Amino acid sequence: MIAFSFLHVEYLLQAALWTVILSLVAFVGGGSLGFVIALGRVSPSPTLRRLSSAYIQVVQGIPLLVVLFITYFGLAIAGFSLSPLVAAGMSFAVYCAAFLGEIWRGCIEAVPKTQWEASACLGFNRFEQLQKVILPQAFKIAIPSTVGFMVQIVKNTSLASVIGFLDLSRAGQIINNSTFQPFTVFGCVALIYFCICYPLSALSKHYERKLHVSNR
Amino acid sequence: MHYSFDFMSVFVNWPRLLEGAWLTVQLSALAIVLGFVLGTLCALADKSKIWLLRALVKTYVEIIRNTPLLVQVFLVYFGLASIGLKLSAEFSAVIALTVNVGAYTSEIMRAGINSIHPGQIEAAECLGMSRFHVYWHVVLLPAVERVYPSLTSQFILLMLASSITSQISAEELTATANLVQSETFRSFEVYVVIALAYLALSFLFRAAFWMIGKASFVRKRKLGTNL
Repeated sequence: MIAFSFLHVEYLLQAALWTVILSLVAFVGGGSLGFVIALGRVSPSPTLRRLSSAYIQVVQGIPLLVVLFITYFGLAIAGFSLSPLVAAGMSFAVYCAAFLGEIWRGCIEAVPKTQWEASACLGFNRFEQLQKVILPQAFKIAIPSTVGFMVQIVKNTSLASVIGFLDLSRAGQIINNSTFQPFTVFGCVALIYFCICYPLSALSKHYERKLHVSNR
Repeated sequence: MHYSFDFMSVFVNWPRLLEGAWLTVQLSALAIVLGFVLGTLCALADKSKIWLLRALVKTYVEIIRNTPLLVQVFLVYFGLASIGLKLSAEFSAVIALTVNVGAYTSEIMRAGINSIHPGQIEAAECLGMSRFHVYWHVVLLPAVERVYPSLTSQFILLMLASSITSQISAEELTATANLVQSETFRSFEVYVVIALAYLALSFLFRAAFWMIGKASFVRKRKLGTNL
């Protein structure tokens, strides 16, 4: 039996780097797709609204684990053999887009309707209305909940370990298999996750408080 | 692409998949009920005058909310086994899910309790209601009614998250799917089918919560107004 040592901690920290990388990929991919979904949800076209709302309904009703399996195995039979990073990144983008889309829709709708009317009176077309008037205001409202959702993303990347992505959780499992010290190993893993997530949570709370001051 | 889909090999295993789905429902229902009680108690403790109790609840909530469920599940299952407490996978799953959802419920319930106007409590005290009655009728029930939509979403997320317990071989829907997959090699078909099953389950849970809401919030049902 090998004792848990600093070498293992170093290994865990290296794996934590991959957790962070995957989280960033998920956030950027999910954010871009989610932005489109959010715009679809507030679009004047009923077809687009229905499509994007159906997307959200379906993805939010399926566990992320199953989304991961479908992407990983589904794309493999379609003839693409994907590295776990790409497969995981794609699944997370699909998953996060549904949640971010719904969060951002709420933020866009939180901008008072009079802002739409006023900008229409100024002769802005829909694109200009969004770009110059609505989105900058919605952006401010969106910051706390978006940062809060980033915590969810970081935590959810732990599931990528299931399809063989060597992230923090997978590294923890590997070390546990050789040292048989689950409390130490997974305690360490949990601590590293906590160190990544807690600052984000605190930041989200801080922004929320700031937002509420300006709204009072 | 030369791949012919074969959903039959999945469907012949439907009794097992149904059993898995039933365990998913049981695990989730148990964790939801226990987690709701735990979360509500924590939310009440968060209001207590005892400093230590508040600090304990805060620490618990922050730790759970900032670590992944997968790691929590591993800690309960492997960790407790390593100190001699050998629990079955299902039992560990219920413990981990309860502890997890308890932290989120406590945050939601805290918001609900905070939304009760102090005047309401003072009024109830003036009517001579006992401390327990004040808490039950004036604080808790209206608080639950107010945050019921958030609770519903959180509980449905928990039901979906219970798929994670397949990693410690609790034989629920995802674990059954993994087994079927390894026997038939029809991975894509299996996971598409259980994705639909989870979708159906989340609609079922939503409908169930809607009915529970209708049955429990009498005032709302009769008047049709929000609190």
